[in-house]
Amino acid sequence: MELTLERIEQRVGANVHLYPLDLTLVPRAVTVLLGATQAGKTTLMRVMAGLDKPSKGRVLTDGVDVTGKPVRERNVAMVYQQFINYPSMTVADNIASPLKLRKEKNIGARVSELATKLHIDAFLKRLPAELSGGQQQRVALARALAKNAPLMLLDEPLVNLDYKLREELRDELSQLFASGESTVVYATTEPTEALLLGGYTAVMDAGELLQYGPTAEVFHCPKSIRVARAFSDPPMNLIEGKATQSGVMLNGGLSLTLSLSRLPRLPRLPLDTLTVGVRAGALRVHQRAGDLALAGKVELAEICGSDTFVHVHTQVGELVAQLTGVHVFSLNEAITLYLNPSQVYVFGADGNLVAAPDRK
Amino acid sequence: MARIDLELAHAYKPNPQRDEDYALLPLKMTFNDGGAYALLGPSGCGKTTLLNIVSGLVKPSQGGVKFDGVDVTGRTPQQRNIAQVFQFPVIYDTMTVAENLAFPLRNRGVPADKIKQRVGKIAEMLELNAQLNMRAAGLAADAKQKISLGRGLVREDVSAVLFDEPLTVIDPHLKWQLRRKLKQIHQELKLTLIYVTHDQVEALTFAEQVVVMTRGRAVQIGSASALFERPQHTFVGHFIGSPGMNFLPAHVNASGVSVAGKRVAEANSKLNGDGTVTLGVRPEYVTLAAPETFGALPATVTQAQDIGTYWLITARVDDDNKKGDGSLIRARLNPEQNIPRLGDAVWLNVIGTHTCFYRNEELIA
Repeated sequence: MELTLERIEQRVGANVHLYPLDLTLVPRAVTVLLGATQAGKTTLMRVMAGLDKPSKGRVLTDGVDVTGKPVRERNVAMVYQQFINYPSMTVADNIASPLKLRKEKNIGARVSELATKLHIDAFLKRLPAELSGGQQQRVALARALAKNAPLMLLDEPLVNLDYKLREELRDELSQLFASGESTVVYATTEPTEALLLGGYTAVMDAGELLQYGPTAEVFHCPKSIRVARAFSDPPMNLIEGKATQSGVMLNGGLSLTLSLSRLPRLPRLPLDTLTVGVRAGALRVHQRAGDLALAGKVELAEICGSDTFVHVHTQVGELVAQLTGVHVFSLNEAITLYLNPSQVYVFGADGNLVAAPDRK
Repeated sequence: MARIDLELAHAYKPNPQRDEDYALLPLKMTFNDGGAYALLGPSGCGKTTLLNIVSGLVKPSQGGVKFDGVDVTGRTPQQRNIAQVFQFPVIYDTMTVAENLAFPLRNRGVPADKIKQRVGKIAEMLELNAQLNMRAAGLAADAKQKISLGRGLVREDVSAVLFDEPLTVIDPHLKWQLRRKLKQIHQELKLTLIYVTHDQVEALTFAEQVVVMTRGRAVQIGSASALFERPQHTFVGHFIGSPGMNFLPAHVNASGVSVAGKRVAEANSKLNGDGTVTLGVRPEYVTLAAPETFGALPATVTQAQDIGTYWLITARVDDDNKKGDGSLIRARLNPEQNIPRLGDAVWLNVIGTHTCFYRNEELIA
């Protein structure tokens, strides 16, 4: 299904929950709504579902205006953060409920197929309360999938599960989405989750839709500092500086020479204020030819299993480096970070992207 | 402060017979005086039971607990001199921050000048100085939780401070600062700290030694590096890392080790005898290899994900005998190389210094 939002706006009293936005979702693909809490993700989803009527603008499905048409009259499946199931029904009856409502045939076969896909086939006769959190959310997901709705909306469905379950279920979901026919919208606060889901990403911040496009493209080419901030974990390192003839003089007195081909607009504006953005993954502890060296002291090494995020105090401010694997540092240990100038982002005084790193 | 020795088992129901009847299977471990420990595992693994046994809230059904060699199994948390910090702030809203911090000391009749000095020190460490005279009620959740941490740390004479998921209420982007604080405090105060969490980041960042638990068992006690590089148990390989370790069924005989009919390693004395073992290799250590490289397996890419700073490749090991049913291998690849695409035939090297072998889930080589 093709879902189009035209100049959608949502106000509650004097508060703006959504600023005017236009968005057409790529049909039968996954679109991730990425943003911090309060960014407007749930508000936007409720408008998409028909749970709320927008203050202004139109919602179109396959070109037909459905603005104001209530959710009951639309064919939408939803999954929420909380594990919502019918508590008095068995797992099998929970999954079967949308099928029974539509008086479908072969309900039993369909239920067992979905239960098998989501690894809850052993619990069909149990009540939701007898299951773990992860299993309860699988039931809610199976029921939503049973609907086979052309539009499926998931609002942070994995946020209340622990990280191993989240990994497992996310993998399974992306395979189910890929093999299904539904247009899927998936809200999350986590940049890595967006990258793992792939598809398309709409970045939201403070009620505004900032950028929409293929997920990897939005990540590699954020239009603005705001997008880069929302789409970085650990946060993108941002260092202010002034444009020079050959690059940027960073605050803290470090000069960064940038290849001029990457800076089409810079040379005309010497002394212009710029912000240099460095992804944590672009900072290394091993030097290579052409690198800029940044000496500092370790504030903390956060060990995340597959990665270590090293917080470092340097002459240009606090930086975070992402190193693969486990690296142990003592507090206040001396460290030198290396950075290749071709790996930096440059943002103008208005916060918009001027140059992105070279990509292979 | 104390050295804590545990030699015990616990079942919540009488007459446990099978392993499943135990919340904690028989274990023996020591928390050294002044050490920073974490108990890490999924919900239901027994970590909270173990914490409650250390604090004295739960009496183990078998065995006992010693503090500095003295049996304290029958003693209450107060008698054991344990301080605890919970998931949610436990403070007196009507008191000021200073009064909250002073409360555990005042309760024990510590002299006023000593209280003042200690409260000042803890407040400084937690950066609460500016709020000392404010009422706790008006503060944000993270400031309140800092007070809880401070109350846990304010007494010098405690045997140990126990933390149960203390950073749950802290805003994600403020967490690292509090993690740093906890580490600094540990260095300075040299208290015995035990931290319970299901989150690998919390455990690996905080602790010198992490106890990984699953189904009532402590399967490994080790440093973050040890858990990552040499998981002693397949559960540790799986639970630490995102994604976790790859596991491939392997066959051992006199001519060497083979996976899916392909010989990948020479015979090894540690893998004594014929039979089936499990080869474990982390996605970080799987590399692309030229065809027919010894140690590499032919595979077909089933998924290629751009995770921004790296690519995550999932590939199915080719197996001529039963087509399409091979094991999956995940590889984390640096984007500076040529990244294979969906459907590509690749060779993946799975043998290196970081490759582990398991039998019955336990590391053997």
